[in-house]
Amino acid sequence: MTEARTKLAIRGVTKTYGAVTALTDATLDLGEGEFLTLLGPSGSGKTTLLMMVAGLVPPSSGDVWIDGKLATYAPPNKRDIGIVFQNYALFPHLTVHENIAFPLRMRRVPSPRIAQEVERVLDIVRLPHVASRLPRELSGGQQQRIALARCMVYRPSIILMDEPLGALDRQLRDQMQLEIKDLHGRLGITVLYVTHDQEEAMAMSDRICLMNNGRIEQIGTPQELYFRPCSVFVAQFLGESNILDATVVDAGESVVLDGPSGLALRALADRMLEQGESVKVVIRPERLRLLRPGETDDNLASGTLKEMVFGGGVCRYFVSLPGGTVLSLKQLSPDGAQPQPGDTVRVGWSSAHALVLRQCARPT
Amino acid sequence: MSDTAQAPARLPMSQAGWVQAWPIYPLLLFVVALFLYPVAQILVLSVFDAEGNFSIANYVRIVTTPVYLQTLVITFKIAGWTTFFAMLAGYPVAYLLANSSLRTRDTVTLLVLMPFWTSFLVRTFAWMILLGRNGAVNRLLISLGIIDAPLSIIFNFTGVMIGMVHGMLPLGIMAMLSVMQSIDTNLVKAARTLGARGGQAFWRIYFRLSLPGVAAAGLLVFITALGFFITPALLGGRRETMISQVIISVIQELLNWRFAGALSVMLLAAAAVVFYLYDRLLGMSTLSGGGTPAELVSWNRHGVLARAGGFLGERLIVVLGWLSDLAGDLWDRVFPTSPDKPHRGLSRGVLWAVSGLVVSFLCLPSLFVIPVSFTAGNFIEFPPQGFSLRWYETYLGSAGWVNATIRSFIVAGVTAVLSTTLGTAAAFTLVRRRLIGRTAILSLVLAPLVLPRIIIAVALFYLYARINLIGTILGLVLGHTILAVPYVVITVMAVLKTYDERLDQAAWSLGASKWRTLYHITLPQIRGGVIAGFLFAFIISFDDLTVALFITGGGTSTLPRQMWNDLLLQVNPTLAAVSTVILVFVTVFVVVAEMLRRHAVARAG
Repeated sequence: MTEARTKLAIRGVTKTYGAVTALTDATLDLGEGEFLTLLGPSGSGKTTLLMMVAGLVPPSSGDVWIDGKLATYAPPNKRDIGIVFQNYALFPHLTVHENIAFPLRMRRVPSPRIAQEVERVLDIVRLPHVASRLPRELSGGQQQRIALARCMVYRPSIILMDEPLGALDRQLRDQMQLEIKDLHGRLGITVLYVTHDQEEAMAMSDRICLMNNGRIEQIGTPQELYFRPCSVFVAQFLGESNILDATVVDAGESVVLDGPSGLALRALADRMLEQGESVKVVIRPERLRLLRPGETDDNLASGTLKEMVFGGGVCRYFVSLPGGTVLSLKQLSPDGAQPQPGDTVRVGWSSAHALVLRQCARPT
Repeated sequence: MSDTAQAPARLPMSQAGWVQAWPIYPLLLFVVALFLYPVAQILVLSVFDAEGNFSIANYVRIVTTPVYLQTLVITFKIAGWTTFFAMLAGYPVAYLLANSSLRTRDTVTLLVLMPFWTSFLVRTFAWMILLGRNGAVNRLLISLGIIDAPLSIIFNFTGVMIGMVHGMLPLGIMAMLSVMQSIDTNLVKAARTLGARGGQAFWRIYFRLSLPGVAAAGLLVFITALGFFITPALLGGRRETMISQVIISVIQELLNWRFAGALSVMLLAAAAVVFYLYDRLLGMSTLSGGGTPAELVSWNRHGVLARAGGFLGERLIVVLGWLSDLAGDLWDRVFPTSPDKPHRGLSRGVLWAVSGLVVSFLCLPSLFVIPVSFTAGNFIEFPPQGFSLRWYETYLGSAGWVNATIRSFIVAGVTAVLSTTLGTAAAFTLVRRRLIGRTAILSLVLAPLVLPRIIIAVALFYLYARINLIGTILGLVLGHTILAVPYVVITVMAVLKTYDERLDQAAWSLGASKWRTLYHITLPQIRGGVIAGFLFAFIISFDDLTVALFITGGGTSTLPRQMWNDLLLQVNPTLAAVSTVILVFVTVFVVVAEMLRRHAVARAG
């Protein structure tokens, strides 16, 4: 990410409803032209955060800055933001043209300009022929694009999208992901996106802000979150993980740990560890390998193959270690002989792919 | 559930289909015999003279006698103003209900509906206590020094308006609410983020989308108000005589069926004209809640009249939007807002204040009968003089009152059972079978809801006079069932529509017979709707004066009939005692039924 002007700055924002805390102390920056996704399970506070940026829900404390101006309690119409709602919220009694013209009328743009601008955005979303139709006469994907067009037409500082693809079927969703990503790239718009779909988040975002229980767990690029998760929650929410409890034996360059049932582990850590410290080690299933006889690796474990699940291109294996820990492996399906359940197998992995969870640098 | 989703489950009509549709036949027979036939007869009667020759003399008489035409004009005027005020006062309450938390909505709905359950006569009586020259309102205003001399707010147009708006508000609010609840709240939020100020967002989007609800509610209120006679008779003066009152006196004093029939036709024609105009301007689909919201509110309707109206409406909405934003601007200038401080919205406060006033107007007046009933004095007055139970003793010591009370309970109980049975059975057929002419059948069954009650009552009177049912409990029960059964059909159809028929199929496949499935599976699931229907039927019968007015006499009165006589002839504190008893009974009855219903819904849900 290049150093860009900050379009949105959220500083220590908290929201409580009576005794319930919906959002705790959220701090976040969004740069110009950036595509940032708020990702999290339902009830994690992502929609609350979005609604506070939009001005539809006032925060209990903290500040919101939009384009360098304090906007914490500014009304939604004074914020220079646009929202694409999950159900699009197209006005059912207005035609597509009138829907897109609405924000311009509210800004008292002269009529000839309005006509031009509406035509311009309809071209951008490649639906120039639907201007005179009512929203219900359009397909789901078309409505989605019109909602986007209505947002872009007045060039807001930030476009907020609240699960905009949630109502579409799988195939259309994949296609719209690409289209939104493409528009973002072509027009350089700044997007704050909300979803609970981790694949969607990873496919589209410059950065992801993963939320859980009203808190921001981790902010970073999709790669950072996937390869350098900072908590068990992050590791489990994005992709699959084997998580092993371990105790630090030697805190060197490559950490040596004492794993479950005496398993010796070598792993990477990006922080200073102390001897005797209890930590968790994360290994992605696709980084574990079933070793052929004679093969070796940084880390070795042997156990019993409990189950094998054939999934087409990839196979999953569950290996039970002595002491009860089960490792989950994902490998390209072998075409030759396969180990059978009950066989004793050896599992190996590189220490570069075993990560000691670091403490999250939680915003204060 | 949409019709398309259900269609495969419904069997096409065949010979077996006719047999399988049997649950609707008892009700159909009932409605044809006791509603369609007598009403048609009384209407046909109006175009024949005593010798049985075709004659339009009755209509000539109406058109050429100024007093009848005036009555028609007054009826329209009163119904029109009632509709206007009911919509004006009801809109903020409906808006509040549609846009608040579930708990607030439940509580406020209960308060809004309270007067709906309370007997109409009790409510009107309460207004008589409040609005009189020495009534509570005048006394309060004088003691506060706001006025010097008592205001004339009863036995004139003002009194009628207060009583009628009070009576029609619950219906208006609930009808508007049903449309408002279907408006997507995101639309207003979207308008705000797109740059609309609060006023523009409300008027251009929310108000605009709620218009079909306002129109449908207005139509309902107007049509219902056309048939009123209790309120104008008790709270109005001679200049507020409505057409139903004329029909009553033509029957009771002249026993002129043919002329009463002609007046009924005029009343029906008036209602039909209103329906026609409504359909031309807005389309009938708004009533049933059919079509999509966009269809309901599209201004692009055909016809010059409709288009001109649409154009003006659009401009008006824009102007209203700018006006309220101007008001908001002024407010902001006096109390500046800043982006670093939270600020309270002006509109929410105003909304709550207005709604509070309207809900108090709905709920409080009836309560005034309670203190008055304990007066030790000889007259109705507020505040009451001293405390005594003498008027309760008078009530319970009078054979007339006690018999009327017992009779009312019996009639209401039997009516509720009969209506619930007939209506529930019919609802099953209407929801589950594909009937030829289903819409026509449904319209016929529901027609007693819209047809002015006075016409039904006159028609029944004419029928009963020839088959000796006048003054009988059976006659009352049959008449009340005609009035009550549409409510049962509506409430049970509503729950059946959301009932998953696969549960029945599962029960059959598990070995249950149809009857056992009905008893063990279906009925427990739809109990909420059935109980609500029973409750409606009971209260409608218990509260009915119109039918009782004609087919009960001195010794066979029901409670409302007895009250009506006293209200017309000798207003005294016994009425307050009776009213208090009714009020307490109905409240307990409704609360218990509501608890049963919630329990049933919670179990079924």
